[in-house]
Amino acid sequence: MAGNEPILRAVGISKSFPGVKALHDVNFTLCAGEVHCLMGENGAGKSTLIKVLTGVEKIDHGEIYLEGKSILPKTPLEAQAFGISTVYQEINLCPNLSVAENMFIGREPVSGCVINWKEINKRAQAALSKLNVKIDVTQSLDTYSVAIQQMVAIARALDVSSKILILDEPTSSLDRDEIDKLFEVLRRLKEDGIGIIFITHFLDQVYEISDRITVLRNGELVGEYETSELPKVQLIAKMIGKEFDVLTSFNKGNAASAKGCEEDSLCNDAAFIKAAGLGRQGGISPFDLSVRKGEVLGFAGLLGSGRTETARVLFGVDKADKGELYIKNKRSAVASPMNAIKNGMAFCPEDRKREGIMGDLTVKENIIIALQAKRGMGRCISAKEREKLADKFIELLSIKTSGPDQLVKNLSGGNQQKVILARWLATDPELLILDEPTRGIDVGTKTEIQKLVVRLAEEEMAVIFISSELDEELRTCDRIAVFRDRQKIAEISGEDLNQNCIMQTIAGGQKHA
Amino acid sequence: MKKPQLSSKHVPLAITVLLFVVLFTAGAVKYPAFLSMQVFFNLFIDNAYLIILAIGMTFVLVIGGIDLSVGSVLCLVCMASAHLVENKGMNPYAVMVLMVLIGAVYGLIQGSLIQFFKMQPFIVTLAGLFFGRGAAAWISIETINITNKTYNDIAHYRVHLWGDNFISIGAVIALVVLVLAIYIAHYTKFGRSAYAIGGNESSAMLMGLPVARTKVLVYTLSGVCSALAGIVFSFYMLSGYSLHGQGMELDAIASAVIGGTLLTGGVGYVIGSLFGALTQGIIQNLIMFDGTLNSWWTKIVIAALLCVFIIIQRLLVARRDSQKAKGNVKTAL
Amino acid sequence: MHDRLKLITKSKLFWPLMILVLMIIFNIIFVDDFLSIEFKDGHLFGRIIDIINRAAPLMLLAMGMTLVIATGGVDLSVGSTAAISGALVCSLIGGNFDGTVQNPFIIAIIAALFVSILAGAWNGFLVGKLGIQPVVATLILYVAGRGIAQLITGGQIITVYYKPYAYLGGFAPGIPIPFSIIIAAVVLVIVLLALKKTALGLFIESVGVNSVASRFTGISVVKIKFLVYAFSGLCAGIAGLIISSMIRAADANNAGLMSEMDAILAVAIGGTSMAGGRFSLGASMIGALIVQSITTTLYAVGVSAQVLPLIKAIVVIAICFVQSEELRHKLSGIFSKIGGARNEKATVKL
Repeated sequence: MAGNEPILRAVGISKSFPGVKALHDVNFTLCAGEVHCLMGENGAGKSTLIKVLTGVEKIDHGEIYLEGKSILPKTPLEAQAFGISTVYQEINLCPNLSVAENMFIGREPVSGCVINWKEINKRAQAALSKLNVKIDVTQSLDTYSVAIQQMVAIARALDVSSKILILDEPTSSLDRDEIDKLFEVLRRLKEDGIGIIFITHFLDQVYEISDRITVLRNGELVGEYETSELPKVQLIAKMIGKEFDVLTSFNKGNAASAKGCEEDSLCNDAAFIKAAGLGRQGGISPFDLSVRKGEVLGFAGLLGSGRTETARVLFGVDKADKGELYIKNKRSAVASPMNAIKNGMAFCPEDRKREGIMGDLTVKENIIIALQAKRGMGRCISAKEREKLADKFIELLSIKTSGPDQLVKNLSGGNQQKVILARWLATDPELLILDEPTRGIDVGTKTEIQKLVVRLAEEEMAVIFISSELDEELRTCDRIAVFRDRQKIAEISGEDLNQNCIMQTIAGGQKHA
Repeated sequence: MKKPQLSSKHVPLAITVLLFVVLFTAGAVKYPAFLSMQVFFNLFIDNAYLIILAIGMTFVLVIGGIDLSVGSVLCLVCMASAHLVENKGMNPYAVMVLMVLIGAVYGLIQGSLIQFFKMQPFIVTLAGLFFGRGAAAWISIETINITNKTYNDIAHYRVHLWGDNFISIGAVIALVVLVLAIYIAHYTKFGRSAYAIGGNESSAMLMGLPVARTKVLVYTLSGVCSALAGIVFSFYMLSGYSLHGQGMELDAIASAVIGGTLLTGGVGYVIGSLFGALTQGIIQNLIMFDGTLNSWWTKIVIAALLCVFIIIQRLLVARRDSQKAKGNVKTAL
Repeated sequence: MHDRLKLITKSKLFWPLMILVLMIIFNIIFVDDFLSIEFKDGHLFGRIIDIINRAAPLMLLAMGMTLVIATGGVDLSVGSTAAISGALVCSLIGGNFDGTVQNPFIIAIIAALFVSILAGAWNGFLVGKLGIQPVVATLILYVAGRGIAQLITGGQIITVYYKPYAYLGGFAPGIPIPFSIIIAAVVLVIVLLALKKTALGLFIESVGVNSVASRFTGISVVKIKFLVYAFSGLCAGIAGLIISSMIRAADANNAGLMSEMDAILAVAIGGTSMAGGRFSLGASMIGALIVQSITTTLYAVGVSAQVLPLIKAIVVIAICFVQSEELRHKLSGIFSKIGGARNEKATVKL
């Protein structure tokens, strides 16, 4: 609790990247034996702060004190030596090695000049059973579920150094049971006097496990609070800040018309796309879904809940193996992205760098490429038309670029996202699927994109909007489909469309069939 | 304690051992002369150099790289030792030590270019392939026969096992390399780091493993293995020729892949590569015993075999991924 | 500094052309009669003509290789495919001493090219459809291909006495310049037209830059990869015809031996990154001319054919070395150290 002595103190931390001030004069204090939640919207500076503490990034200004002594970790290894370990959301272990080896590689006990495997297996077993995990440690890591892999990562972190444990969104791919187990472990570690920094976007978990909360917004410290003294609504208000008031003004122009079609949405003639029992083994359980023209449908749910998988099935990235899909009341089999595009669909994927931009191509080429693919290889877009399209969208979306011939990789994240949006708008789609379009981009651009979504819907486009940020969805969507455990569990609209109801549905409180 | 279990990683290895047994039995049924212990030992004698090459290649593939230069390093070593022993009259043992050093430096340079200048392994080692061939031809375009007594003595020395059976010094070297390689792969930090790098390089880095050093050393190890194979090959052929060992890089890759090494890195077995090399040897023997088939069939059959195993690998990986997606992985919390 | 660098990279042909000019100057100084061209029997003769003639098959290989490398792959099997093509055409025409043919010439050519496309398509299938690494996928045919060529020729060198066959790699009656260069030029023009009139070039580049994103954008990555490997097979086939026509025989062992290295070298000199993405066919063609003039020059100064790979290997490594981003980082690091602490910030940004 707060009464404990501070184990880690970061004072006046500032860090900027080209064009972005990621952290500005941030203070942070972690006590021994507490779980301290680091809260903030995407882009608030949480991950930068973690990177600074663990030596992944260098700080521009400020000081870090560990148990009163000033330290400056330059690499993750140095941070480990100081006693600071991190477990990331994407588990940083080697899937091909055994569980035991993953825990001890790089510091294997050696007898003579031979690695002592017996010792390794024994110690791994012991370390894991401390966390109440009983598995065969000689099996390779990839034979176990993500939850177990996470436990192995925690066990390794604790075994390497055990003063401070940083958990970066560890629960996003765990189910409820697994989360309970994890929390049990965290409570035990707390008792042992370990300081735990916990990052999650799941508010219920914050209140379940944490002692104190530090809130960041736009790279600045909002404040440090006792969890028990900060109501949930206030926490959200602190995380979202003032922009909430600014944005409520353009809320849901079509909400009224959306309500009428909700009950019999599957036999609604105005639906642009309709899925009946569509599903994919291992991706998403069969679901019904329809999106009308001029409507924004939100997908809510945690990472890995099936929202992205649903979008991928609709767009033909992954093939559905069950159910039927109707586009404009005509049954169609969307077997590939190309197929989907020809049917008037467009999809901004979640992973911008890997699945979105083509870094070494120019802004112009990135903008016209989907349209070119839609037209087919033979019907080349003329140089003049390319120029015109590029200029049009650079102006329309106010993309900050030195010109249409600049390489996309040299643009900022927000502008890259705009280029991808432009790419799809150029194809003049009837259904636009946006998967986390505002992740990792600055607040100004975020607002622009949200406004654009609402405007596109007003212009009779159907939009599917996927986001981890609930308030963003509430601002833009007419209806929200909620996903959990790779299932569509509910559709919420009308008066139920509020933070509480959605959170409860995600957490599994009540089911709207 | 541990139940015997055939994980998908071991499937290719199991298939290979089975294939080896089947081919051997088939040979024995068809040609009675096939069924003798000596024929089996001859596989080691005739393929000693390939076993050594394949072992070096296994390490390179495990870290997710590739080394196309092994055949030409073998050729260069053969040629250089023939030249130094015959034309320069150097001490044979000094020559052998020198050759191993040359192999190490060759690998070290290739590894450094790949690691420190982020050049692609295939382009660096392809250049290495051509460099080695060119250098061998530069020494001599004609064949140089090795008449040196030490070399001939070693070449003809028979290590007697039980009965009339024997193996050559080359085969002994191959077996020693094999044992050393198993030790390195499974019982040293260097070996385990190599596997970790192949599994996930950035994780390996975050876990504090010496990634750069390990990668460069793996290429160096492959260079040393190529040089050793070259020395063994020079015992076997007793000559240096600039076209020796052509296409051997594929044989080495095929041995490793047939033996269960994944081309994507992270998984590989030294013992598997031994079986991969022996399987190729047996195919060669069968084609030779047949007598009517053109020797070129060996290359084609081995290429086809490699192809089949690569496709098996792809299917296994695809199956495992889809299983994982279905959630069929163990949850034992 | 950044602006100047940009300017240079903008004109992709600049550096290759500079090297070619240097090569020519070197030759003019050190090689006798380099510039002299004779007109004899209605044909042109001379060292330059010889270089162009011999560069023709390499240019063809480099065309295919450029597109393959642009998609982020590589084709190691071009030499073997050329050998198969040469073996097939010669065995179909046959070694009749009286100069007659066993099968019509045109049928033989079509068959050879068909098989070459098939070989390329096989590579394309392995790489595109099955997702096998290009190096290994094409290595299979690199080794097996010569075996297949041997089987076609029955292990012998088939010499062809049919006269028109010699036209392909030499001179056709009534045309003063070598016929091979005309073939290469025609193929080049067709490809350039295809790249200009369709979006193929853009699609190839986008696949090379980011194949996942390309798929999400609706580009059929499998089809593009399949196409470029098949095209590379076709190019190798045509080159194989020219190579075997030059010696009027099918030599399964030596036809196109190590030509994959020459083709990669030509592409590298042309400035196309080995990692894929941006490409320039024109620059690769100049690259091919440079490679061939290096070869011819080295012959002229008395270097034997077998030693050439050694020099070419060094050149390839040198080019990749210069292209290497890491080298630039390290160099700029050194410069800024010399420049003093003032420039420190700039290096960090780099």
